[in-house]
Amino acid sequence: MADNSYDAIVVGSGVSGGWAAKELTEKGLKVLLLERGPDVKHVADYKTATLAPWEVPHRGRRTTEMLENHPNLKRDYVLNELNLDWWAHESDSPYIEKKPFTWFRGYQVGGRSLLWGRQSYRLGDIDFEANLKEGIAIDWPIRYKDLAPWYSYVEKFAGISGSRDGYEILPDGDLQPPMPLNCVEKDVAARVKEKWGGKRLVTIGRVANATQDLPGRTKCQYRNKCSLGCPFGGYFSTQSSTLPAAMATGNLTLRPWSIVTRLIYDKDSQKATGVEIVDGETNQTYEFNAKIIFLCASAFNSTSILMRTATDIWPEGLGSSSGELGHNVMDHHFRLGANGTAEGYEDKYYFGRRPTGVYIPRFRNVGDDKRDYLRGFGYQGAASRSGWSRNVAEINFGAPLKEALSEPGPWSMGITAFGEILPYHENTIKLSKDVKDKWGIAVLEMDAEIKENEKKMRVDMMNDAAEMLEAAGLKNVKTFDAGYTMGQGIHEMGTARMGRDPKTSVLNGNNQVWDAKNVFVTDGACMTSAAAQNPSLTYMAMTARAANFAVEELKKRNL
Amino acid sequence: MAINRRDAIKSFVIMMGGAMVGANAILTGCKPEHQIIGLEFSPDDIAFLDEIGEAIIPTTDTPGAKATKIGEFMVMMVKDTYAAEQQQAFTDGLNFIIKDFKASQGKDFMEATVEERTSYLNGLKAKAENPEGKNAAVVKMLQDLTVLGYFTSEIGATQQLRYYEVPGRYEPCIDYKPGDKAYAI
Repeated sequence: MADNSYDAIVVGSGVSGGWAAKELTEKGLKVLLLERGPDVKHVADYKTATLAPWEVPHRGRRTTEMLENHPNLKRDYVLNELNLDWWAHESDSPYIEKKPFTWFRGYQVGGRSLLWGRQSYRLGDIDFEANLKEGIAIDWPIRYKDLAPWYSYVEKFAGISGSRDGYEILPDGDLQPPMPLNCVEKDVAARVKEKWGGKRLVTIGRVANATQDLPGRTKCQYRNKCSLGCPFGGYFSTQSSTLPAAMATGNLTLRPWSIVTRLIYDKDSQKATGVEIVDGETNQTYEFNAKIIFLCASAFNSTSILMRTATDIWPEGLGSSSGELGHNVMDHHFRLGANGTAEGYEDKYYFGRRPTGVYIPRFRNVGDDKRDYLRGFGYQGAASRSGWSRNVAEINFGAPLKEALSEPGPWSMGITAFGEILPYHENTIKLSKDVKDKWGIAVLEMDAEIKENEKKMRVDMMNDAAEMLEAAGLKNVKTFDAGYTMGQGIHEMGTARMGRDPKTSVLNGNNQVWDAKNVFVTDGACMTSAAAQNPSLTYMAMTARAANFAVEELKKRNL
Repeated sequence: MAINRRDAIKSFVIMMGGAMVGANAILTGCKPEHQIIGLEFSPDDIAFLDEIGEAIIPTTDTPGAKATKIGEFMVMMVKDTYAAEQQQAFTDGLNFIIKDFKASQGKDFMEATVEERTSYLNGLKAKAENPEGKNAAVVKMLQDLTVLGYFTSEIGATQQLRYYEVPGRYEPCIDYKPGDKAYAI
């Protein structure tokens, strides 16, 4: 084997790429894992993970310098002085907002698996069948049964904790024991159950934080500092989980600073023969060859690589023969819900910093519930006692203020809705004709927005939250809507959807590009619809399934 | 010819690399009209902020804000996290406090007792809650920075709150008695 030839190349080392690397190396393939940014070593490079509060220079506040350097990142909670290096450098890698779009990118080994919210839910048949039943976009080429065994497979390895709820439309998983609800959440769950019977469920968030030790990983220690990297390996990330497994096979080569400019496409065999990269540090160009290629560069970056590939044959790139490459941008719309105070629990408290909250799965347009919009939404939230940061104005300076803020404050509970966005053909990304990034690669133009269906849904998302909290006995219930623009959900999806027909989809039911069967796209780009659940677990399952298929096909000499 | 006292002080300040902040006050003689200019906080200014912090969160059975070097913390936060107009409001407000304290209390802030300072600041806070209170902003800023700096300091988090770096477990529903301290983040 020549120096630059491998059995498989995986582009991207986040949630999906890590899984592709693990599965393919464990099945005996020699794999090159390309990551566009720098390496981040497990534990050794978690430089801020064990800082005490007093060692955090600005104690969590944003500096004017951070705000200037991160004009997009600052639009949401994620801007944090302790992990700034783990978000893409915005001036090196700009993008164009034809319509407002907030793109949160993690450009380093591990990608956003280091930073993610870790909520992990299966999609169910209500999700896979929705497009077909409602005549929206195109049908998914797979059903829940196709993915179910792969969900089990990835859940067990990733260490997802949560409860088995038997809730009709949210399939249960192969889960580690759940983290518990606190006293207020428990009572809220009971009262919601009482009022709505089995139709609405308040349960603990299923989360990729282990509650039992796993090989090489210690269970969650309840520090709730996951986004700084966990020195215990308490949560699933590429570094804690898939990368060590892939490395252990001896079959993996990891190459950081490798920005893929395009795939090398061979017209005669109708396959990609390799990739061309530019080294992010030296600007040197290299080529690597492989029998199969997995694009796991995050939804829009995987699609942009396709757009830059084989443009001599298809001006808009590999996969564009469908007319759907770059179309059907989706996300989850959110930032609205309700909160209220809980009275009568002043003699109760909790110990430890739990890294998950409650989850309320979708209940709208389920069974005989029919709304004036399609699909639905779920909620995430939590009950807690406030701390010193409540900083009550009424209490006098001096010992009274000091003593008052030293005690936990009142209980409150808030829930935020995450809603499904339909796949609209006209919601697009495309390559800019004028603007290039630091490495001379055309940047993306985002042109996507929510429409009437989502706007109607948002009314329910807010009002249902208040109704449930009130029914659960909370006081002073107030709704909120902080506004939403595309991308803020950090669940960007679509642009290279799966389908049953090469004329209307970019990928087939095994995540193969119709026009290059040895190219697989298994990240968020492949999604045919968005569902309302957090999507990363689905990317894991989809990737493991596609990797298994790819190796079978290689064995059969079909690739 | 010997240089006069004014020039001597000026030279001294320049020699020490210090900004001229406070120098005018020294130059005007025995009753300094101390003013903070721009973001040049002298050691005296930081000592002043330490005492403001201590008046907001005083020493009780645990150390107060001064022990956490709250003055230095406030200056760093104002420089690094405040927008220009907030910075201006902060220094204007401090200069107001310097003047107003003396005018209303008949002595310098730094010569007063902690109780006198606390009582004065509470008066200002009460007034600040009226919309006409021109110095509402600085009172809020001082409270915010003192509370933030204190409760995230080692003293605040470990002596005035209960800090567990690695809780190791989650207990969802434990008994709480008034007076029990909160867990630090």
